[in-house]
Amino acid sequence: MVNKLRGQYGSGIEALTYLAQNYIVADSSLTFELLQVMRDEEEFDYCVDVTAVHYPKREKQFDLVWILYSFPRNERVRVKTMIAENETFPTVSNIWPTANWLEREVFDMFGIKFEGHPDMKRILLPDGWKGHPLRKDYGIIEQDKEWVQINLGIESGQ
Amino acid sequence: MTADATKYLSHLELGERDETFLDSNELIINMGPQHPATHGVLRVILKLDGEKVLGTECVIGYLHRGVEKIAEHRTYTMFNPYVDRMDYVAAVSNGLGYCEAVEKLLNVQAPPRANYVRVILTELNRIASHQLWLGTHALDIGAMTPLFYTFRDREEILKIFEKYCGARLTTHAFRIGGCLYETYDGFERDVKKFVDFVTPKIDEYEELLTTNRIWVERTKGVGYISAKDCIALGVTGPVLRASGVKWDIRKAQPYANYSEFDFEIPTGQNGDTYDRYLVRLVEMRQSLRIISQAVERIPEGPIMAKVPKVIKPPVGEIYHSIEAPKGELGYFIVSDGSTQPYRIRVRPPSFVNLQALDLMVRGALVADVIAVIGTLDIVLGEVDR
Repeated sequence: MVNKLRGQYGSGIEALTYLAQNYIVADSSLTFELLQVMRDEEEFDYCVDVTAVHYPKREKQFDLVWILYSFPRNERVRVKTMIAENETFPTVSNIWPTANWLEREVFDMFGIKFEGHPDMKRILLPDGWKGHPLRKDYGIIEQDKEWVQINLGIESGQ
Repeated sequence: MTADATKYLSHLELGERDETFLDSNELIINMGPQHPATHGVLRVILKLDGEKVLGTECVIGYLHRGVEKIAEHRTYTMFNPYVDRMDYVAAVSNGLGYCEAVEKLLNVQAPPRANYVRVILTELNRIASHQLWLGTHALDIGAMTPLFYTFRDREEILKIFEKYCGARLTTHAFRIGGCLYETYDGFERDVKKFVDFVTPKIDEYEELLTTNRIWVERTKGVGYISAKDCIALGVTGPVLRASGVKWDIRKAQPYANYSEFDFEIPTGQNGDTYDRYLVRLVEMRQSLRIISQAVERIPEGPIMAKVPKVIKPPVGEIYHSIEAPKGELGYFIVSDGSTQPYRIRVRPPSFVNLQALDLMVRGALVADVIAVIGTLDIVLGEVDR
């Protein structure tokens, strides 16, 4: 599979294995197309999870991770790509509808916007909240004080 | 109806409503977050035409505690008890998934005896979770008796947990590398006694419900979801199996020592609430089968592998998932080589399954929304984390 994809995309993708788990690291410009191919041609019909990891010291701060599973092949694979702060990524919710809420959670927690998403808004935190808590520069007891004071009528949520 | 509620509905593609002579206006009502049938603090905004549901919107996050953020500030060992608080009716399953994920990162194998104890406790927990589901689901639909039956029997499982590790719900039963506690004297006897005790009780639940006319009317054909939609929406667990997909991680990609046991994966054909009920009942019976095999064969030996005092997995990442009572529960852990995880992502089955609610209730009646929330078997602690 990887060889075939390699032939298509050249050096933009790299297939790796760690602890017997396969993952593909792809260039962010190729990733969307790659995901589409994974779904349509490689039978990865179940998107298990969409998530992100924040590396504040890197130039491209975020790792976007898709965990895919194929029912016909009984195989798991992860697709990873790097994107910079303020960069958007096309939504995959039209490829796998399950990505709808998962992408909303990534937006809520990391502030990564997905282009073309039908309903890009916060999911776990309240709509008016400021800040994205799973970024590394967001402290563990940090909160949106203003929101807490206005909406809960208390000095602090801590 | 508040003006505020309407703005959440902007994305719903609502079909043309029937214009009739006595056309009632479309109505937007709020269900929850304080509603006994939402099994916690789930708020559902319903758009109705009379009794008919035109669309829904779930508002979640009332129970959000930032578990994933907490994980980044705790060591691997310290985070272990936190996972119990996500799906708090199946705490043992959460612990199993987390411990196995970290063990994989560390390249440590739990000893065989630990694996057997793990399987016994996890399967007991699956039964407890399904019993709690059955009791509350039946109560929602209007049958009160099953609740008393299931809670009475679930108590026996909680007693075994309490005797094993001192806690009934948030057990923290497993440690990274095995189990902390050796089984108590008479553990095997208690488990065998429980199997003998509960087997006829499951028949009792069936007698109460399976051919009960009200139950059948309220569940057959309600909340239909096709196998194709299940896969597209990432729905797993009994909901997926009731739609006819024979998929269970215990068989597809076995973890712990599930490959050593003989059991079957029940499936349904119709993908409705009634089939999901039947699938879960058979699952309880299959769990009993696994337990009785495990308790017969439980080997002697150490219960804990050799694990360093300070857990420092090498740099790398892992995704490990298990078949929790509600579906696929996954842990994605990124290690930077320090004592604290760089990132832990929990893939919660309840959160993903809840997304199917909208599809399952469109065009149904308001009363069916209650049935569908029940049949999805969500735990809000896990939805919101």
